[in-house]
Amino acid sequence: MPEIVIFLLIKLVMTIVIFALWMTMVPFMIWLERKVIADIQIRIGPNRVGPFGLLQPIADALKLIMKEDITPAKADKLIYPIAPALLMVPALLAIAVIPIGGMVTIGERSFTLQIMGEYRGPNGFFVPELDAGILLSLALSSLGVYGVVLAGWSSANKYSLLGGMRSSAQMLSYELPLGVALVGPLLLASSLRLNEVVNAQSNFGIWFIIPQFVGFIIFLMSGTAEVNRAPFDLPEAEQELIGGYHTEYSSFRFAMFFMAEYLNMVTISALAVTFFLGGYRLFTDIVWLQPIWFALKLMLFLYLFVWIRGTWPRVRYDQLMALGWKVSLPLALVNLAITAIVLAYVPKRAVLVLTITSIVLITIAYYGSSYNIRRSTDMTARSGYARRHLPESEETRI
Amino acid sequence: MLVQYLPFLILFIVAVAFSGGAILLSRLLGPKRPNPVKLAPYESGMVPIGGTRRPFHIRYYLVAMLFILFDIEIIFLYPWAVIYLTARAARLFLLLEMIVFLGVLMIGYIYIWRKGALDWE
Amino acid sequence: MIAELVIFIILGIVAVSSAFAVILSKNPVYAVLFLVINFFALAMLYLVLSAQFVAFIQILVYAGAIMVLFLFVVMLLNLTGAIESLQDKLPAQRWLAPALGMVLLVEIAVVFLSGFFAQVPEASELPEGFGTSAPVGMLLFSRYVLPFEVTSAVLLIAMVGSIVLAKRRP
Repeated sequence: MPEIVIFLLIKLVMTIVIFALWMTMVPFMIWLERKVIADIQIRIGPNRVGPFGLLQPIADALKLIMKEDITPAKADKLIYPIAPALLMVPALLAIAVIPIGGMVTIGERSFTLQIMGEYRGPNGFFVPELDAGILLSLALSSLGVYGVVLAGWSSANKYSLLGGMRSSAQMLSYELPLGVALVGPLLLASSLRLNEVVNAQSNFGIWFIIPQFVGFIIFLMSGTAEVNRAPFDLPEAEQELIGGYHTEYSSFRFAMFFMAEYLNMVTISALAVTFFLGGYRLFTDIVWLQPIWFALKLMLFLYLFVWIRGTWPRVRYDQLMALGWKVSLPLALVNLAITAIVLAYVPKRAVLVLTITSIVLITIAYYGSSYNIRRSTDMTARSGYARRHLPESEETRI
Repeated sequence: MLVQYLPFLILFIVAVAFSGGAILLSRLLGPKRPNPVKLAPYESGMVPIGGTRRPFHIRYYLVAMLFILFDIEIIFLYPWAVIYLTARAARLFLLLEMIVFLGVLMIGYIYIWRKGALDWE
Repeated sequence: MIAELVIFIILGIVAVSSAFAVILSKNPVYAVLFLVINFFALAMLYLVLSAQFVAFIQILVYAGAIMVLFLFVVMLLNLTGAIESLQDKLPAQRWLAPALGMVLLVEIAVVFLSGFFAQVPEASELPEGFGTSAPVGMLLFSRYVLPFEVTSAVLLIAMVGSIVLAKRRP
């Protein structure tokens, strides 16, 4: 059998296993979310279907599959049916670059537990890890915008359209700080390969969350906004928009929007683990333990996402945009500049100096941003809304 | 080395098959009982008011435009980050290059801020 | 190399047919989506040319950012019914476009006949890691530093221009 066939077989098995793991994360995540939020709100949560209500998400999925799939009369007949898939497929493809474990050696062959990862076979058969790994992941997340815009547009419902426009503007805005926040760790790792980022953290002997704390906070915040999660779940602001871009969808297409959201959340968490929490490495280099470390760190982030949702109220849209453009983006750029300058002048003590500057910067940013957002959103309220809608005397009083 | 991209192709096929299969299954299993009210645009049970496709604010266009410009800026940061630590001798030169590049863009950033393009009423 | 040729031909067919679909679609939103497909085909052609970094940038910038703007603008025009008035405003482009197309075709023919492609190395002759981020960065920030810095000025002008256009009251 030629080596390329063995290569493809190994990759096929790996793809199916990782795909299956990611897909089981979705019902698990739904269950976790409902249970934890119920706990936060002093309720019991799902407890009828299966032990601890564990089978509830599966029951929900079965229910949704059996429901009628409605296509509104005025909807675009070509785009409306495929819009959920346009969101779902990029979300699924994003798992290609995430390393869930290190190098595994079986006989003459060794490979990393990563779909687009390194592979070494006998007789010099060598496939390198995808060089532009993080670029692929960013590209895929930017393609998700199409699903949102087109779902809103093709539904022929003004609330869907408005929701789609809002969500897409939000996703675009937060992609920028997300992209800049990752440049700090990349500077330290000197590679766009995610596996190299993990290795760099073990070479430095420190997780990048310490020297790149500002980048981490911005990444987490932008990631939350990027996947439309609370407190940035404006697309689902029922009070204003009925339901957002997925208002008209029903049956499994409706479920796909939420599966895509959960998948994206898992992917963002996986990226956070890889870039800031040392990836699949912890204490030892025992290979079979590494996916378990990865999963545990992933759970940490997934829990954090639920915790945030259960704790924070939803932000206003103008605050959301101000936070993205006026706080996160400049802060990420300042963090990048500091990282680059420190690496240029004190490369030997970079980690220590960066840790100190991170603490200083995040303190300044915390007080500065709360002031900045309050000021700028107050000002827009005053300058725009009040001027047009309030009588002259009212305006002078404000 | 196009072999490198074959695993991605495999994943792509799996992803498309999953999405398509799930929708198909739902089509086959779900009932089909359409009626004019059900197929009308959903507006919380009210009779839809006005046209369904309406103009929206120019601000969305502006956000997309500014996004492109900053996105291009960010893309330059990535190859720069890759070579920054490895290029020992040229590191200060690289730093200077990027400071000039970002400096020019920061002028634009301050301009759009001052012009109120980042404000949402 | 026969595999590469087959892939090239398939991608070529996709690229050309999607480009035709762009100009033949009645619905401008469909036209934008066909253009996205075209850009994907181009990105994959870059991969065949061992230009990995450029391929991903193609997807990230063209498919992920510029076409989203196109979609926004098309939806904006479509919704206000301004698409008909646009057609009448620029009657000259009906004649100008084929003429410019011919100029481009002649240019391509000249490049072909100049023997430029004889100098292009085979994929197997390329150095290890060709077209990945590190060598691209090395060239971009040393030999092509001036174009790189000029890019920032171009982006600045675009920023100012978009603000001026957006803030203009009709």
